Amino acid sequence: MTSQNAMPTYLGMPSFPDAAREAVADARLRGNLAHATGTIRERRAAAVAELDDWEALRESGKQLKDHVLANLGHYLRRLEEKVTEAGGTVHWARDAAEANRIVADLVKATGETEVVKVKSMATQEIGLNEALAEEGIAAYETDLAELIVQLGHDRPSHILVPAIHRNRSDIRDIFRKEMPDAPADLTDAPADLAEAARRHLRAKFLSAKVAVSGVNFAVADTGTLVVLESEGNGRMCLTLPETLISVMGVEKIVPTMRDLEVFLQLLPRSSTAERMNPYTSAWTGVHPGDGPRDFHLVLLDNGRTDTLADEVGRQALRCIRCSACLNVCPVYERAGGHAYGSPYPGPIGAILSPQIRGIGSDVDASLPYASSLCGACFEACPVAIDIPEVLVHLRARAVEDGPRHPVERAAMTAAGWTLRSPARLALAQRAASASRRIVAPRGRIRRLPGPLNAWTETRDAPAPPKESFRAWWARTDGGRTDERTEEGQ
Amino acid sequence: MKVALFLTCVNDTMYPETGKAMVRLLRRLGHDVEFPAGQTCCGQMHLNTGYRTQAKHLVKGFAETFDGYDAVVTPSASCAAMIRDWHPRLAPRTAGLASRVHELTEFLVDVLGVTDVGAYYPHRVTYHPTCHSLRMLHVGDRPLRLLKEVRGIDLVDLPDATQCCGFGGTFALKNAEVSAAMCADKVTAVRETGAETLCAADNSCLMHIGGALTRTRAGVRTVHLAEILASTEEEPA
Repeated sequence: MTSQNAMPTYLGMPSFPDAAREAVADARLRGNLAHATGTIRERRAAAVAELDDWEALRESGKQLKDHVLANLGHYLRRLEEKVTEAGGTVHWARDAAEANRIVADLVKATGETEVVKVKSMATQEIGLNEALAEEGIAAYETDLAELIVQLGHDRPSHILVPAIHRNRSDIRDIFRKEMPDAPADLTDAPADLAEAARRHLRAKFLSAKVAVSGVNFAVADTGTLVVLESEGNGRMCLTLPETLISVMGVEKIVPTMRDLEVFLQLLPRSSTAERMNPYTSAWTGVHPGDGPRDFHLVLLDNGRTDTLADEVGRQALRCIRCSACLNVCPVYERAGGHAYGSPYPGPIGAILSPQIRGIGSDVDASLPYASSLCGACFEACPVAIDIPEVLVHLRARAVEDGPRHPVERAAMTAAGWTLRSPARLALAQRAASASRRIVAPRGRIRRLPGPLNAWTETRDAPAPPKESFRAWWARTDGGRTDERTEEGQ
Repeated sequence: MKVALFLTCVNDTMYPETGKAMVRLLRRLGHDVEFPAGQTCCGQMHLNTGYRTQAKHLVKGFAETFDGYDAVVTPSASCAAMIRDWHPRLAPRTAGLASRVHELTEFLVDVLGVTDVGAYYPHRVTYHPTCHSLRMLHVGDRPLRLLKEVRGIDLVDLPDATQCCGFGGTFALKNAEVSAAMCADKVTAVRETGAETLCAADNSCLMHIGGALTRTRAGVRTVHLAEILASTEEEPA
């Protein structure tokens, strides 16, 4: 069952086309996105090209993930056993509400009212910060870009670069207004901004008693959790506080330590275009005198079991959150991340959100259509998720279970009826030909009626020809006779 | 070899010249081609919009019409990809037929083994590799190898060629603003080349880009690759 609060839809989220409209009209935003994604795209292509076994690695990543998904129950039990043996405590959460309740109770049990966080998609998915705030607990994001988003009372718009929609003067303004310890004369030089954030965060790290993290990979065989990051702030979160609470989607498992070898190549090259990410932290339970004294792992289902039950859709659970699909997606590049209405933007969001949340809302029913099916995402995906296949699959579900679109349904039914018979198609073609003098006196159509007007807002439509090919073929015996007659008319 | 032409519903209805060019070209190369009258549509529009049942009916109709042919050739990379990739998934029994369906440039290069088709086209031309030709059908450089052999042609590279033009079937209507923004960038790239002619292996993408080119009075015509390959000094396109 997909629960109502599986993943909070951003408040009042309209369907994708409506949400995208604003972004498309914002020339500066489009410029920023085109520049940023263009740069990452090129760097990623170069990083991938360095490895001559990339396709084999990609296949390994795909197979490992598929193997885990096919045996998920086994690996989850193994992980629980190993984490428990190492002194950690495992909690199971069916949905967002349950996960948030578990984390809030764990924090409250420490008597603390502040937590530091290392960037985590899973906790964004469940809206943990908001849930903690309701319990009087303040959660501080420590990833620089997440911090910018949080201080700006904003939403992340990219998985890897959550503040991709902000430029440095925006960031200076946000820091000056919202960061109490920011210098009054803060400039928008990147080094100054980074230094201000560093000082601000350092104070948080040294005082925090509780940290919340996500998990990139969990090794079932050893109970080891792994986080990959670039700034080292995550490592501060993972090592300094007394209590560490990690939240992970149930699909994030790899069987053994050796399997990490595949993913530690696939992930950095696909996401940051680096051969290796700067910080990789791995921890197994608790150790006296070293790191947190208390460790909790929250295993989050939140629609994943439902997704796993879908033969075509389940491949979305292979995702390692690298964001390569966002950076190559021409639709993401124009529409920006917010239009996707969840922490998972871009092509992966378009297939993940409607599966996790169900297809009932306007935004979820519109997401499978937020793609031209150009296939660039599939080509870039390091674990070979056939995103176009899942999009098409979910479109069928949207037609069956989503909001009704009577005009579209009627048009598609009529088109289907016409196309099922060559005689009816020929009749429709004759009608189109007959209309050419009326609809397109100068050979092109400047304005189409009804929903088709969306086409002619910016594009001409071609005029129907005097004669369809099939009519020409029949009249001239496949061009063997009498070809000149029509031209002479 | 019994070769059938699958023209596709869009080309049959809107671009008969592409079909005539296919016939002319293949006859000039010494092959005859039949046009099975029962043909209509590969079902791509219905499938890609979510109307799977309608699509299945069309897949069945396609199989009934083309089953007896050794080879089926089509001037649409997108429809060829639909048939090759999706027909067997929608109706497993069509797998054998699907593998005998070829997009025009695949048919010329792989089946007939030619790249010089004796064409003459004295214009500055740029080529847009459509997404489905690139990433679903993997036609690779076949279209360019054919174009390079055309006499009189001035073939120029299209900047950011592999970027989607934003057509995407009903995507152009359902996400009109995003589609138009993608198209605008494609039009800018086309204009930068200074080409008089934009060609591709799919008239649908050309209809989309061409509609924006005429709206902006760019002075660039869109022509299907088949028409360039069929063009000769005696019978220019």
